[in-house]
Amino acid sequence: MLKFLFTVIRRDVLLAARRRGDWLTAQFFFVMVVSMFPLGIGPEPGMLRTIGPGVVWVAALLASLLSMERLFADDYRDGTLEQMLLSPYPTTLLTLGKAIAHWIINGIPLLLIAPLLGIQFNLPADALWILVLSLAIGTPILSLLGSIGAALTLGLRGGGALITLLIMPLYVPALIFGAGAVEGVLSGTGSEAHLSLLGAFLMMSLLLAPWVSAMALKVSVE
Amino acid sequence: MPSMLSANELACERGERLLFKNLGFELGNGEALLVRGGNGHGKTSLLRILCGLSVPAAGVVRWRGEAISKAHEQYGREMAYIGHANGIKDDLTPMENLRIAAALDGRVLDDASAVAALAQVGLSRCMDLPARVLSFGQRRRVALAGLMTAGALLWILDEPLTGLDVHGVAMVEQMIHDHVVAGGLAIMTTHQPLALDGLTPKILSVGD
Repeated sequence: MLKFLFTVIRRDVLLAARRRGDWLTAQFFFVMVVSMFPLGIGPEPGMLRTIGPGVVWVAALLASLLSMERLFADDYRDGTLEQMLLSPYPTTLLTLGKAIAHWIINGIPLLLIAPLLGIQFNLPADALWILVLSLAIGTPILSLLGSIGAALTLGLRGGGALITLLIMPLYVPALIFGAGAVEGVLSGTGSEAHLSLLGAFLMMSLLLAPWVSAMALKVSVE
Repeated sequence: MPSMLSANELACERGERLLFKNLGFELGNGEALLVRGGNGHGKTSLLRILCGLSVPAAGVVRWRGEAISKAHEQYGREMAYIGHANGIKDDLTPMENLRIAAALDGRVLDDASAVAALAQVGLSRCMDLPARVLSFGQRRRVALAGLMTAGALLWILDEPLTGLDVHGVAMVEQMIHDHVVAGGLAIMTTHQPLALDGLTPKILSVGD
């Protein structure tokens, strides 16, 4: 069972490594969106610091959705998804593996770039650290919940836009607690409560999302 | 001969339209089934129901006496399916494709047998090229090599001859023949004449 999970993850990471162009698009999108705000709003340190955490988080949501459309679509088109569905292992493991691979490919790079982008917003060091921590807990949620949307919209025309409409509302708690944690550090009220709630939300998504996504996948492929 | 795969009273609906109903057959070791029917009569839908990708509107498919929806694990090990799409990744080489497909099925595939299978389908010179640069027929052959290494008892093949040249067609006919003679089961659709060298497949007509 675990071997199957690792195979799914390894396969997706290998495929992403072969198509680096696709992979870089989402990362550059994240950097671009975040960098546009200081340029558009102007160099006022207090203002930038206030909006910083929210902007980084919203950009992370959008970047995650941008790469989400292809989570199952590529495999669906060339028939490998059918083959994986017919393998002797539960489909839940397949969707879990796909979500984990999506996080490794698209989530971890965001964590590494985020501190640099935070500096653009004049965030102090302790807030930067919490920003990375909140993204570390939050980006797996984005990958897990996003996989539900990707499975539901599989094979539909204009699936990309539809995923955004379906999944954005589900991202709201992650956004509130994630950006709230950094906000908490800046205002001196602390970030523990926000991070704990974010962690609880991660656990819930980990339990439910692969399962829901597997059911959606079976319906979509049929 | 005891039947391994049986289908009872199958019905299939697409949208509001009824494609077929009351379809049934039994298939035992060493038997082949050829599904016939015109375009849009539901051959592919039937094969997808038989391999478990779709759920029939009515009826049940049994493998070794157990409904396939309940025997997902065992059926997954013993059945191999080739659909319209080849199920191979364009960014990987044929070798990598075979290896990953095997790993996803929980099998261990050593290099020697992968090389042998690729050589048998006539791809020994393309083993290390990404599948993207291969022709349609060659990619079909990669899928067939995967079928050979899968070691499945039941083969479900949707139009296996599409895109293959004369040698390829002869090769697939030989493959199916050898598989069935060795006690395997095969279900296929094709619009081309199929010569199975003395073997007569059962015929099932869909949607008349």
